[in-house]
Amino acid sequence: MKYVDEFRDPDKARALLQAIEGLVADIEICRRRPLQIMEVCGGHTHSIFRYGLEALLPEAIEFVHGPGCPVCVLPMGRVDDSLVLAEHPGVIFTTFGDAMRVPGSKKSLLQAKAEGADVRMVYSPLDALGIAKANPGKEVVFFALGFETTMPSTAMTVLQAERERVANFSVFCNHITIIPTIKAILDSPELTLDGFLGPGHVSMVIGTAPYRFICRHYRKPLVVAGFEPLDILQSIWMLLRQLVEGRCEVENQYRRVVADAGNDPALRAVQEVFELREFFEWRGLGSIDHSGVRIRDAYAAFDAERRFSVPNLEIADPNSCQCGEVLKGMIKPRQCKVFGRACTPETPLGALMVSSEGACAAYYNYAGVQLGKVGGQRSEPARGRARDRS
Amino acid sequence: MSVDAKPLPQEGVRRRHGQLRDTRITLSHGGGGKAMRDLIDDVFVGGFDNALLASLDDQARIPLAELAAGGDRLAFTTDSYVVDPLFFPGADIGALAVNGTVNDLAVGGARPLFLSCSVILEEGLEVATLRRVVRSMKAAAAVAGVAVVTGDTKVVPRGSADKLFINTAGIGVIRAGLELDPGAVRAGDVILVNGLLGDHGAAVLNARGDLALESDIASDCQALSGLIDTLLEACPTVRCLRDATRGGVATVLNEFALACGLCLHIDEHALPIREEVKGLCEILGLDPLYLANEGKLVAVVPADGAETALAAMRSHPAGREAVRIGTVHATPQATVVMGTLFGGERIVDMLVGEQLPRIC
Repeated sequence: MKYVDEFRDPDKARALLQAIEGLVADIEICRRRPLQIMEVCGGHTHSIFRYGLEALLPEAIEFVHGPGCPVCVLPMGRVDDSLVLAEHPGVIFTTFGDAMRVPGSKKSLLQAKAEGADVRMVYSPLDALGIAKANPGKEVVFFALGFETTMPSTAMTVLQAERERVANFSVFCNHITIIPTIKAILDSPELTLDGFLGPGHVSMVIGTAPYRFICRHYRKPLVVAGFEPLDILQSIWMLLRQLVEGRCEVENQYRRVVADAGNDPALRAVQEVFELREFFEWRGLGSIDHSGVRIRDAYAAFDAERRFSVPNLEIADPNSCQCGEVLKGMIKPRQCKVFGRACTPETPLGALMVSSEGACAAYYNYAGVQLGKVGGQRSEPARGRARDRS
Repeated sequence: MSVDAKPLPQEGVRRRHGQLRDTRITLSHGGGGKAMRDLIDDVFVGGFDNALLASLDDQARIPLAELAAGGDRLAFTTDSYVVDPLFFPGADIGALAVNGTVNDLAVGGARPLFLSCSVILEEGLEVATLRRVVRSMKAAAAVAGVAVVTGDTKVVPRGSADKLFINTAGIGVIRAGLELDPGAVRAGDVILVNGLLGDHGAAVLNARGDLALESDIASDCQALSGLIDTLLEACPTVRCLRDATRGGVATVLNEFALACGLCLHIDEHALPIREEVKGLCEILGLDPLYLANEGKLVAVVPADGAETALAAMRSHPAGREAVRIGTVHATPQATVVMGTLFGGERIVDMLVGEQLPRIC
């Protein structure tokens, strides 16, 4: 496939891997312990597993899978709130596909749909606005999720809804913002991270400047990375070169998509519609100051939290869940007490098992064969055949 | 084998053939009276056009001797078809209902012979739509060499079903001595597929229209019975076959791995996937290995028969693009592993639920 295969070329990968091995030999830390690199974004986690990169890289490099899967870090209380909205009479509740399966304290949106709630999967908030226009007698709520990547499309949709005076459309806003979260992780005392792969899609919106504090205050290098396997390998190579040369900078590997200044129209739309919340609850990480946004007063008419009564429930993560420790790189998914036993993709207990971009789900589904074996208990082989087709 | 040329078993029963003049299905078409009779006569008996059905008894009567001539065991299967939309590039629910059941028989080593056809119609369905589906079923049955010999019609109130559901059951005869069994797979065996993967799933996803993507991906819906005849003739030592329908090739491979307790190891670069299908999957964050096919099978054959099997498949129109996608290893047990384009490896597991597109 043009413009994709070029970034998956095995020969170029081999050359990069060789270069990476060469650099590892020159890094002092690697003689004492593995180098810990956090990939912030769930998209990177997914690629690393999908292409088996962890097994190809030298053992001296260890990935710490960061918090950048917005579906995973959505707290149970917010899922329960979304269910209250979805089950409200006269509401059509619209959501991205992978939020459908996220478990609330009692059920998921998928289960609510089976019980009769009108829950519809959309590919864009504009689709939700279209549904609102086509169903003037119904209230259409869009379940807005995601980091700065998806924030502009929600903002633009709210602006369009206002322009077109669509009165039956609102947004249940769960957008979160990446910088305060990286800072919270960096402030955690147990941390031994050596560098970051910066999130490519978020950076396409916010640019590269917001990461500078990571180098300045915390002395950790960061490379904004694309999502193809060669992007990731090249970014690691760039990160290692910084370490070898004693530099600590924000570098941009994903230049074909990310402008250092970010995307100004997108940022302006976000600024117009959203403001920071004082704090926002994260599954696995707890409450983080200024890590979420809400809709500004000027657009209150489009805020589902103000339009409907939302209970705003706070529900603690299950005690046995060690997602927080995994997120900070203190343990690997397999070392969690419940991984593959009480917590599986079928019945996720913790955030990181929820979406295919969550580190635990990626370990469970893809875990590199050379890495040992997945702890997953496989279901019994299906006896007989109970297959029908779509 | 076809029963079209056989004499009417109930010769001498004379009755007037009903004609359906309505343009939409109403509840009276399921009421058991004249309206239903007209529907059955005109659309189904006229459409499927064979003597066993035309007798309109409550059952089709099939001479045992005729069955016994083809093998030593009966294969019997059933499947329901609820695809939305009813028509999509490359096929429709009718062709699917015939080929799906034909293929379920054929991958067990059976020669498919007879099908049933039960329809559940939603009140308000256009009769022209139903006629078009039946025409398509008849055409698919003719290609596959099977006859639709018995059926049933129900009409449900508007909203109780979505337009049209079809169930087909099928009977076939398994060749004497042939025992296809994934439990018989051994380390060293070779894994083959008969062509491009994921076309059906991609075509249906695209035909639903909510993606607003333009492409001409068409469903691969086809009968596999002819291809399997050719394959088994050339390579009787085939271990097992399965059609890779819902859940895709990944699911079939996992079923095989569980049955034989071995590692089915596939190579990513060997997987035959159309550029357009790859593109659609890239955009939506889906994995083509899990996309449905309706005319593709996975075959496991002993290494020494692999070249013969491959050549036989390629000699048949339904297997022109057959390729080898992997081999069977002893370990890790009961697991499907894919060698990635990069020389890395990863596990290809069963899907938990439906594939859902990712946010970002």
